Amino acid sequence: MSADLLTAKPRKPEASRQSGSRQSPAPKLVVLTGNPNCGKTTLFNALTGLRAKVANYAGVTVERKEGRLLGDSTATPVTFLDLPGAYSLSPQSPDEQIVRDVLLQHCRDVPAPDMVVLVVDASNLERNLYFATQVIELGYPTVIALNMMDVARANGRELDCARLARELGIPVFPMVASSREGVPELRDHIIAFAQNPDAHPIGRALCQLPPDFKAEVEQIARSLPHWRKGPDARLSAAEAVLMLTDERYAPRADSGESADLLEKVWDARQRLEQKSIDWRTAAIEARYACVGAIQKLVVCETLSLSETPSDKLDRILTHKVWGTLFFIFVMAVMFQSIFTLARIPTHFLENGIAWIGSGIGRLLSPGDLRSLLVDGVVAGVGAVMVFLPQICLLFLFIALLEETGYMARAAFLMDRVMGKVGLHGKSFIPLLSSFACAVPGILAARTIEHPKDRLVTILIAPLMSCSARLPVYTLLIAVCIPDKQIAGPLSLPGLVMLGLYTLGIVLAMALAWLAKKTILKSHMPLMILELPPYRRPLIRTLFRHMWERASLFVQRAGTVILGINILLWFLATYPRNPNFENSYRVQRHQLTALAAAENPASQQLDEKKLQAKLRQLDKELAGERLRGSFVGRLGRFIEPAIAPLGFDWKIGIGILSSFAARELFVSTMAVVYNVGSGGNTDEDRLGLVQTLREQKRSDGTPLYTTLTGLALLVFYAIALQCAGTAVVIFRETNSIRWALAELLCLGAIAWAMSFLTYQGGRFLGLQ
Amino acid sequence: MTEATVMTETTVQPITALPAGKAGIVAALDLPGDVRARLLELGLVVGTHVEMVRFAPLGDPVEIRFRGCNLSLRRHEADGILVETTP
Repeated sequence: MSADLLTAKPRKPEASRQSGSRQSPAPKLVVLTGNPNCGKTTLFNALTGLRAKVANYAGVTVERKEGRLLGDSTATPVTFLDLPGAYSLSPQSPDEQIVRDVLLQHCRDVPAPDMVVLVVDASNLERNLYFATQVIELGYPTVIALNMMDVARANGRELDCARLARELGIPVFPMVASSREGVPELRDHIIAFAQNPDAHPIGRALCQLPPDFKAEVEQIARSLPHWRKGPDARLSAAEAVLMLTDERYAPRADSGESADLLEKVWDARQRLEQKSIDWRTAAIEARYACVGAIQKLVVCETLSLSETPSDKLDRILTHKVWGTLFFIFVMAVMFQSIFTLARIPTHFLENGIAWIGSGIGRLLSPGDLRSLLVDGVVAGVGAVMVFLPQICLLFLFIALLEETGYMARAAFLMDRVMGKVGLHGKSFIPLLSSFACAVPGILAARTIEHPKDRLVTILIAPLMSCSARLPVYTLLIAVCIPDKQIAGPLSLPGLVMLGLYTLGIVLAMALAWLAKKTILKSHMPLMILELPPYRRPLIRTLFRHMWERASLFVQRAGTVILGINILLWFLATYPRNPNFENSYRVQRHQLTALAAAENPASQQLDEKKLQAKLRQLDKELAGERLRGSFVGRLGRFIEPAIAPLGFDWKIGIGILSSFAARELFVSTMAVVYNVGSGGNTDEDRLGLVQTLREQKRSDGTPLYTTLTGLALLVFYAIALQCAGTAVVIFRETNSIRWALAELLCLGAIAWAMSFLTYQGGRFLGLQ
Repeated sequence: MTEATVMTETTVQPITALPAGKAGIVAALDLPGDVRARLLELGLVVGTHVEMVRFAPLGDPVEIRFRGCNLSLRRHEADGILVETTP
């Protein structure tokens, strides 16, 4: 690097700000960056309190977390940006791409940082310093938050922080972010910086590159379109090193890089090869030499532990037998709690929603407004709320697994199994959770760093038979599958149930394998996973994580799910036929008048009879309304499409209504067949089963045969009939196209498999 | 695969050929660009002391340790890490 690069003056952050129109004083942007697992988010939480804003970076599904300094004086406001974890400025994942883009000022929606806080794990100094020195050399006003000092000490390492600060040329703050130790000092320092930014030391060049390499770097830096003299020249130099080293480098049109830049890079590489310098490794090796030297000066081993406490624990937790058993135990507890334990709060929520609904129902007179509020809005809010207990519990578990470090071990144990179909070890938990509900399952796929692995996991998650399918399975099996014992405890209904779960799993694995072979082929199956030391989790962090996930779900997905539910209510309620409504009103009136005219002696008895008759009339009205509604008409409209599967238009209504929630199939069928809103009591359920069995086709043969039942069950096992899941796929992939493609694809597969079941069965002469 | 140099009595072999618990010195990374670059950046440069910690219950992936941190990687990639060991 030339002299002007090395003597760069402190940057004037305001000058590089993109928006000049801001009210003064503009908040100082302080970015937090560091390796994964270095405690960066813990520090961010300690600095910002509970006021973080979570969003996505434009165009990608990388999370952007921002927050104001806790209790800052309004004179010089400070905003923190918590960047994702990164091992290097040469990106290998979308997370690292964001880190690089923000720090090199290529990220359009993030202004140039005013200050960088580098979070460094003291117990893993050498590797952390690799990334840290890369960032220091960018020339920002920089400080080091030397975190996990307690772990380093426990591992028998003393660090000379003053020496480290001298070697790096920037302030170093030793701390234990989880217990807030050392955080106030950093906070004061940041406030002082915000008041007088120019006085702060900036990062300088640390790493000694081979002279020939350095000369080439400088040449490339000068040909960068965004090359700036003076203060920002260091950014260009750093970028040139990355370009020269990165085998996959391609010019970025969006930053004005032209194709002849690539040629220059190639030429430079060739010249280096002639001088027998390996351009792929020269910069990395030089940096490790520099980092190694610093570490030797700074770290003093007071104890030489052959095995840390974490290593000892790993002996058991990744053991072939004990580790596997422990893993099964943890997964069983997690699954049970989202499958069973979550029902308790869900039950309370449902009752609460019903109570609010009936309260509003009492306040308003019957009519369209009451129907909209009770059956549309309140029921829609309920449809969003029912997901919350499962989401909260699952994310509490996931946070616990992540914070303790067990998540990486779980992935280590499961990778071989999931790898068979091209998935990642971390896909296991999202898929397992999807057996309870695909919505939290898909949200849990966020733990998978690799975007394609994550996408495949999201797309196959809805095939796991969720708990909302159970009432549908139970009803249809009771109606259509003969209760025959096959062998010992194995009965035909049980076998069908097992078959439906298996169908989902097998299909999911097949689709995952297919997707990874074709459209989602990763050019490199990179599965390098750090196994961080085990740590004691902070309860505060666990609940914060849970709270964040739950509120994000409500904000992003909940609103859309509510909208869809109101739309579905509208379709199931309108249009009304005034003739029917009138005739029912007349019939009702007649019944009541008749009862009043009867002998007063038998009034008690008649009152009961009257109520039963009125209830029956209400059921008929509800059935008539649904059959005449838009959904009813749509059911008739799609009948030709579903007739080859053995379904009639009334089943079509059930399928369409299930979109709000699959279990609604049961109550919808009850309404369609005039047996009330059924399914709430055993008596109702039996009545519904009986009614369905009695249904006939126009030619007089029974409608719900074993074959129709099987075809319908297969359809329910596969099709994505859940607005919640579709919306969450849309939000989590950040693409409405993936959500629609998933909807259509699974719909088509479900149709085809049902068709094969029904027509194949008929071909074989089954009934 | 196993190439013994009689002169120095050292053996260069893939790290996965070592039994769990044994260590060696990185001699070369025979891997495609991406993986190689990432392993280098994580500190697996030539001359680094690296230990074969354990194999997962089903034999894949494997866990290795170097510069005080533990990494899990698939056998497919780990096979390309060539280490030098003294008997």
